[in-house]
Amino acid sequence: MNTNEQAISRRSFIKASGLTGVALTLGFSFPSKAGDSPDILNAADAGSVELNAWISIDSAGKVTLTNHRAEMGQGSFQSVPQMIAEELEVDLNQVSIQFAPGNPGKYGSQITGGSSTIRGSYERMLRLGATAREMLIEAAAKKWEVPANQCYAENGKVFHRPSGRSMGYGELVTEAAKLPVPSAVKLKDPRDYKIIRKPLPRQDNPAKINGQAIFGLDKRVPGMLFAVVERNPRFMGKVKSFNSDEVLKLPGVKYVMKVERDVFGNLLEGVAVIGDSTWSALQGRKALKVEWDDNGFEHLSTQQLYDRMRTDLKSRKFISARTQGNFDSLFDKAEKKVEALYETPYESHSNMEPLNCIADVKDDSCEIWGPIQAPDWIQGATAGFLKLPPEKVTVHMTFLGGGLGRKAFTDYPYEAVALSKAIKAPVQVVWTREDDMTMGPFRPGMVYQCRGAVSRGNRIAALEIIAAGQNMNTQEPGADKSAYNLDVVDGLLKPYFDSIPHYRFGDAPLEAPIPVMWWRSVYASTNGFAFESFFDEMAVAAGKDPLDFRSQHLGEARYQALIAKLREVSHWDGRKKNEGYGVSITECFSSIVGEVCKVSRNAAGKVRIDKVWAVMDCGWYVNPDIIRAQVEGSIIMALGAATKHATTFLDGKAVEHNFDTYKMGRIGEAPDIEVHIMDNQERAGGVGEPGLPPFTAALTNAIFDLTGKRIRVLPFSLDEV
Amino acid sequence: MATIKLLINQKPFTIDADPRMPLLWALRDVIGLTGTKYGCGVSQCGACTVHLDGNPIRSCSIPVSSVANKNITTIEGLSPDLSHPVQQAWIAEQVPQCGYCQGGQIMTAAALLKRNPNPTDKDIDAAMQGNICRCGTYPRIRKAVKTAAQLAKATTK
Repeated sequence: MNTNEQAISRRSFIKASGLTGVALTLGFSFPSKAGDSPDILNAADAGSVELNAWISIDSAGKVTLTNHRAEMGQGSFQSVPQMIAEELEVDLNQVSIQFAPGNPGKYGSQITGGSSTIRGSYERMLRLGATAREMLIEAAAKKWEVPANQCYAENGKVFHRPSGRSMGYGELVTEAAKLPVPSAVKLKDPRDYKIIRKPLPRQDNPAKINGQAIFGLDKRVPGMLFAVVERNPRFMGKVKSFNSDEVLKLPGVKYVMKVERDVFGNLLEGVAVIGDSTWSALQGRKALKVEWDDNGFEHLSTQQLYDRMRTDLKSRKFISARTQGNFDSLFDKAEKKVEALYETPYESHSNMEPLNCIADVKDDSCEIWGPIQAPDWIQGATAGFLKLPPEKVTVHMTFLGGGLGRKAFTDYPYEAVALSKAIKAPVQVVWTREDDMTMGPFRPGMVYQCRGAVSRGNRIAALEIIAAGQNMNTQEPGADKSAYNLDVVDGLLKPYFDSIPHYRFGDAPLEAPIPVMWWRSVYASTNGFAFESFFDEMAVAAGKDPLDFRSQHLGEARYQALIAKLREVSHWDGRKKNEGYGVSITECFSSIVGEVCKVSRNAAGKVRIDKVWAVMDCGWYVNPDIIRAQVEGSIIMALGAATKHATTFLDGKAVEHNFDTYKMGRIGEAPDIEVHIMDNQERAGGVGEPGLPPFTAALTNAIFDLTGKRIRVLPFSLDEV
Repeated sequence: MATIKLLINQKPFTIDADPRMPLLWALRDVIGLTGTKYGCGVSQCGACTVHLDGNPIRSCSIPVSSVANKNITTIEGLSPDLSHPVQQAWIAEQVPQCGYCQGGQIMTAAALLKRNPNPTDKDIDAAMQGNICRCGTYPRIRKAVKTAAQLAKATTK
């Protein structure tokens, strides 16, 4: 951070003392102002807000910090408090951490997506901690009748430097809560950090190794029943009839009923079996026979979907918007041309915790518990559905057994709410693995048509990339489908827009009755493969070393520093014969990540991954060990999608239904991964997702370097290269 | 329905349940031990791993009636205080991310170390191959199993 003086207006900072006057709770309000960025970081922060509470200190000195975001593995449960504790001057081991329920009025945006938790809130969190600290110091100074500048805070206490006296925060909160909020506070110099930038162990881990952590599926509410739902396997089909009488005779089965869920404004249908245990509901479902009406929409297969995408590209049917110069004339005249088609599959999220949600709907209120990425969205959607004011809908957070984008959406809570409303009892809807894997929404399959021209100076003279595939952003009925999908450039390094004189990006949206959705790193997860494979192909056409070629196009110092680091740690220049090296660099959610993959053939002649080096530039950061873990995990997830699994469709239905056919990467396939983090003065970028987009091209470029074989269609089998 | 006597984490339980109900659902829905996780229901992912007389089994695929009176250990019963060497190693190497699969990973690793106190990378990969981690914590799991082997030796000395 460049400036340490942060102004806080009285209007935007609110304090409150508890009813008994013993607690100091602090938070920010988010005043509505014109010109707020529509970006995910700020969008929901723009509403009018009363009081927010991230910090609570009671008179016993107990400090409670709130994590307002979902914890799905990415580490917000650690990193949000780690930021506040630094400026508040408390030991993280002495504070308790709690989840915030859905309340955008209090916490601003809570949707945990777009790798936004740190980058979207860190300056606010630091100011919050520092403001509370300054008020506690001021309170102590008043009590001692000494100047505040003779006092400092450390480890939950305020000290008077000259006399060595000290008082705990608990003794000071009552006084502190009466003080005016300071208009400006000084933030620490990052060089003085004691907590931030340290690889502190995660506070959630003890509960995750002894079975005590409560995930959505583990939540129990008195009197709750269990539901499983047979949903239409072609997504859009309607329930015609079902055999409820027979199913109701089975032991433990209480109800059998039709249920809908709202997926992007489309009400998709299913039949729920509700029982007194998960098992009785599952047994009931086994006996359930549903007749569907599957008329009125297409029943597509993978073959048809990809044929249509290729046809659209061939017939040049696309929406073009982001352009510069004149691609067509440059390309037509060029001597060195490169053309390639890349294909990526549909994918399921397949979080280890399948979808589930508990709802308890009463006449005038509703409570929800579940593994939820967006409690604020679910509060809003449920309030709309039940026609209740939002404050009557309480969304309780649990730990998430993975999210990956899937648990950001409101369809599975909708279903639980609909069922609870109908039976007037709390109910947990449990998705089986098969439900979770076959019902989508899926990462959309994509086909990229890439064309490029290399200049006499062996630089990229012209570039055209057209992406065909279902548009994740226009699935609502009535959505404007004529607009260019800006996301098709996600993942591309920004300097290319300056260094390539003539370019055209476009998208060829595919219409299909298959729900699609964000999957970790969203469009960048597939764009990165196409872009960075194609740049590699152009480097070959230019006769350049792939890393030098990238360096030549990425002039800015920040990118050059990353390339230099990548070159150094991977020993790029010292690579030997019989070793394949591939590089790939992408930019996603404000972080730049470069990865180098090294491959060789083993004794049996099969390609094996010897090592992956990753360099993460996420600017200002909190916990280096969590960053390393996120990059490791992103690489392994990308490796699975590149070489192991895909969702295919036949006659309108998803084919892969469990891990026997949707094959996950396992421990034996996990490569050795070394992660480095850049230290610089840049603003904070995302951490949970940006490590994923570069990996696949780093691998396939390495395979090309080793074998001369260019892989353009995913997934592929490493054993068959 | 049948009355079934179970011995879980050294404690006796008597439950009234469908004898075909998998042990997984008996643990989670009847007894209330939710540390053992549902992941796939078909022995493909290992999230539901518990010990049956010390050996790792997939609780999703074994009827509760077939384990009556046998010695079952779940993740909740591995140690009373996070002191099992595998748990200590999981903290030392900061293995968990989302944490959902980790109970199953830990139970599999604990069983491996019991029969092979000095596993090689290959032994670890072979033993842990049945446990899926979607967060991709595999490199840390590999490291942590070795750390656990060291810790176990240090405590038995």
